[in-house]
Amino acid sequence: MIDARGLSCPMPVVMVQKEVKKSDPSELEVLVDSMVCVENITRFANTHGFAVETKEAGGEYTLRLVKR
Amino acid sequence: MTKRINPWMILTGIAVGAAAVLLTKAGNPKNMGFCIACFLRDIAGSVKLHSAAPVQYFRPEIPGLVLGAMLTALISGEWKARAGSAPATRFILGAFVMIGALVFLGCPLRMIIRMGGGDLNAFVGLAGFAAGIFIGTIFLKKGFSLKRSYQVSATDGFVLPGMLVFLFVLSLVLPALFVFSESGPGSMHAPAVLSLAVALAVGALAQKSRLCMAGGIRDVILFGDFNLISGFVMIFLTVLAGNYALGNFAGFSFVSQPVAHSASLWNFLGMTLAGWGSVLLGGCPLRQLILAGEGNGDSAVTVLGMIAGAAFAHNFALAGAADSVADGVYKVGGIGLNGKVAVVIGLAVLLAISFKNCEKE
Repeated sequence: MIDARGLSCPMPVVMVQKEVKKSDPSELEVLVDSMVCVENITRFANTHGFAVETKEAGGEYTLRLVKR
Repeated sequence: MTKRINPWMILTGIAVGAAAVLLTKAGNPKNMGFCIACFLRDIAGSVKLHSAAPVQYFRPEIPGLVLGAMLTALISGEWKARAGSAPATRFILGAFVMIGALVFLGCPLRMIIRMGGGDLNAFVGLAGFAAGIFIGTIFLKKGFSLKRSYQVSATDGFVLPGMLVFLFVLSLVLPALFVFSESGPGSMHAPAVLSLAVALAVGALAQKSRLCMAGGIRDVILFGDFNLISGFVMIFLTVLAGNYALGNFAGFSFVSQPVAHSASLWNFLGMTLAGWGSVLLGGCPLRQLILAGEGNGDSAVTVLGMIAGAAFAHNFALAGAADSVADGVYKVGGIGLNGKVAVVIGLAVLLAISFKNCEKE
């Protein structure tokens, strides 16, 4: 699980990019608290072979990235 | 490679380009339909934070952009008061981004507008801007972070929008409290109602699309993502087409460009400072205004830093002087010793901030 809450753009995407490069995960969960981060991570994930499922609760978003 | 482009980004790019051409036609200085650095500098002058007579006017575009973003964010449910991510550092970064931009004579948005006006000096600025962004991305990869922001009281998120609206209304009802240029760029402006209305629309679109001049080049370098840069390109193409259609385009040249100088080294380094600082801040000056409208207190502090930087730039003779013609002789402008020292200090400060805020893996 990557906790990127409160981090400004583009740090959350950089964190996801690093994790994908480091461990080539088949699944990855990311916690963010802004729609900008949701959009940016989703765009990055979709073009790097991941499907993304997003759940919102109390202004926070959990993104579940699953390798296609 | 990411090739997905948000249609809002294309629309926003066209709208911003068209708005810039329209506001210039309606009275704003040439190639300055929009310029966040110039407009914050004019506001700083208008409230007497500096006394440079040609650049003093309370530009309605600034409160308009912030309000447009705020209203859209409130409607879409994205408005959220947050702060606490290295505010003092952001203040300093905002000040140096402003100083770099005023050395060049324009923020990244005006750089594109100048490019669309045929100003080749702005292409030199673009090279410097891209170099600054590239340096910034090196530190992002090394773990640079200004740490997390946190939810704060809603009132905190309304401080900057409220302050701008209050001062703008005050400038209309009690203009004697403010200073307004009688000549120079500050004296040239579109009607206030038009400036405000256009800026409200642009602010709303910029919030919706996440338009960011620095983010465009940054995302191409970091992720191969062309979404943000598509807005950048559309602004350039629209301004170019608009100028051509209105008969304002006289080809590409380095000389006799409106409110611009041809001291290439300092155009390059000024925008290197602006680009690098913008990447560390997470967005260009326009983006900082939009984020402040969304309730981001850190961006509000950054905007205050930019206003302070503008005041410093003129109180300490750091800003660039435009090329001019005196007695039939073309005189290259640029910056004096103070400005050169400020750019070097700025680059050194950014280097120190970049290193000191890299988290160990």
